[in-house]
Amino acid sequence: MEPLKRVRSRTLVIASSNIDTDQIIPARFLTTTTKDGLGRQLFADWRYRADGSPNPDFVLNRPEARGAHVLVAGRNFGCGSSREHAPWALLDFGIRAVISTEIADIFRGNSLKNGLLPITVDDATSGWLLDNPGAEVDIDLERSRLTLPTGASVSFPIEAFARHCLLNGIDELGYLRSRLSDIERYEAAR
Amino acid sequence: MRTLFDKVWAAHEVVAETPDTPAVLYVDLHLIHEVTSPQAFSVLKSLGLPVRRPDRTLATMDHSTPTSTDQVFGKVPIKVDAAAKQVRQLEQNAAEFGVELFGMRDARRGIVHVISPELGATQPGMTIVCGDSHTSTHGAFGALAFGIGTTEVGHVLATQSLLQRKPKTFAVNVEGRLRPGVTAKDLILAVIGKIGVSGGTGHVFEYRGSAIRALSMDERMTVCNMSIEAGARAGMIAPDDTTFAYLEGKPRAPKGAAWDEARARWRTFVTDPGAVFDASVDIDASLLDPMITYGTNPGMVLPIGASIPDKAGDEAFDKALRYMGFHGGDAMLGKPVDVVFIGSCTNGRLADLQAAARILKGRKVAPGVRLLIVPGSQEVKREAEAAGYADIFKAAGADWRESGCSMCLGMNGDTVAAGQYSISTSNRNFEGRQGVGARTLLVSPFTAAASAVNGRITDPREML
Repeated sequence: MEPLKRVRSRTLVIASSNIDTDQIIPARFLTTTTKDGLGRQLFADWRYRADGSPNPDFVLNRPEARGAHVLVAGRNFGCGSSREHAPWALLDFGIRAVISTEIADIFRGNSLKNGLLPITVDDATSGWLLDNPGAEVDIDLERSRLTLPTGASVSFPIEAFARHCLLNGIDELGYLRSRLSDIERYEAAR
Repeated sequence: MRTLFDKVWAAHEVVAETPDTPAVLYVDLHLIHEVTSPQAFSVLKSLGLPVRRPDRTLATMDHSTPTSTDQVFGKVPIKVDAAAKQVRQLEQNAAEFGVELFGMRDARRGIVHVISPELGATQPGMTIVCGDSHTSTHGAFGALAFGIGTTEVGHVLATQSLLQRKPKTFAVNVEGRLRPGVTAKDLILAVIGKIGVSGGTGHVFEYRGSAIRALSMDERMTVCNMSIEAGARAGMIAPDDTTFAYLEGKPRAPKGAAWDEARARWRTFVTDPGAVFDASVDIDASLLDPMITYGTNPGMVLPIGASIPDKAGDEAFDKALRYMGFHGGDAMLGKPVDVVFIGSCTNGRLADLQAAARILKGRKVAPGVRLLIVPGSQEVKREAEAAGYADIFKAAGADWRESGCSMCLGMNGDTVAAGQYSISTSNRNFEGRQGVGARTLLVSPFTAAASAVNGRITDPREML
């Protein structure tokens, strides 16, 4: 995995709360056996009309979506199913960080393992971001800080080991396999 | 003084967590299905790794598999090409890596969270994972069971372990007796309604109290199944004589002296008196009514006789009601129904079908209403046929199918059309969950069956 230290980008805003993984990538697209190309189906039911044409009102179809790498969403983003296709679809579209006041557990874990930053912030910061779509934000993973164009800066919580792996491009499986002797000892002692 | 969760966690800690590193947690049982495993097997192949413990790995196919008998038993091919490919991929991966697979025509196939308990593979005190968020179901046996993503599926295949931070604990105390016609499904919907869809985030639930102790194993599985709908990755119930009676004699449960030894050990998996939880909620079961959702997440739920609240100006709330075609102030009772689905890992077990049969016996599905009844496993199917439930369903005009996830998530050909109202015993009423534009209302099997008969949302107590 490529090291990930910093994301500087304009934001896209989807203000809805409780955006579940069925919205991020509907189940009918989960018959794939690879991780590739899911960005086309990201938010498919909000993004396309019944005839398959793009819904011009949806933020991902607007010109300003191009080149934006940060998604700001309402409370409790990523709830629902464990499908890792959700972060795969976001990453394939070009999203590198999601900001909300609350991010669901399984989605958060899946995101960290794929280089998508799940960032939780306080209500005031979230409120400002929701009110200012397209804001240029700076996410500094080394310092665990999010800086707004106003100059305001907040720290965000991020699990220490996942952060270490992201900063250094380390695959967690490599670390887990380095503990195989511990796992063998555990099995022998049961 | 430790909680049930603390005990199971401690018994599986290979390496304890530190500020810099998560714990290495050992996995006793890894369940696999066709949708969330292909990319994990690909990682193993690219690294040249074997499945480390095939003896602790069990695969089946349930999500993308069709439920029509002709397609399952190969008289006609699986209609969805991508689904057929996924099924073949799992067959190849299982053969190549030596993993036991209950394939399409296997008599033991079914929804992954239904088959493992009925085999007796799910046991108290275990750690169980699967690439599916409803893995929380197995917590009904006092196991620590939770859903994982596909990267983690690869981790478990390669090492039989996971990197995990220890979650917090949350006591869900449910005292009192459920009234007749009020079920485990209504109980868990009420819990989710009370604490909200993210109320359990970061926590593991333990369901406790006299109302929980009184539930059968099928009912306890319904409760634990929906823990994730309140944000909790896992929900547990301490094992007791109900648990042991269910497991005794199951194909993969311990036998003879090993059974006695196991049962004695399992009895220790209870929360010590005085152990402290990080959070708690109290529910009085005796006050509950049959519940029904009216919005687009399981926390938007009401007693069936109630009216939708009026929250004009709340954008998320308005959006949900627009999707559902409902208005603040509407009564739920009497609203028309197009499709009724009885099945899923939440309510696809024998007790659920028995409840549906109790209502449907001697009655007919209302004209114009489609009732789809899908057993949770082939074993449940055989039992329901032997008990005469299947005949009752067919006589009522229901469509009786082979097992699978079916209309719960509409990725296998079983879908609800745009705009239609689906009364469903499944677990998620998200937008589009049962088909693009489908409008899902979550209920118990009693309420689903009663509503199918009337063609309108119906309080099942008038038919019991």
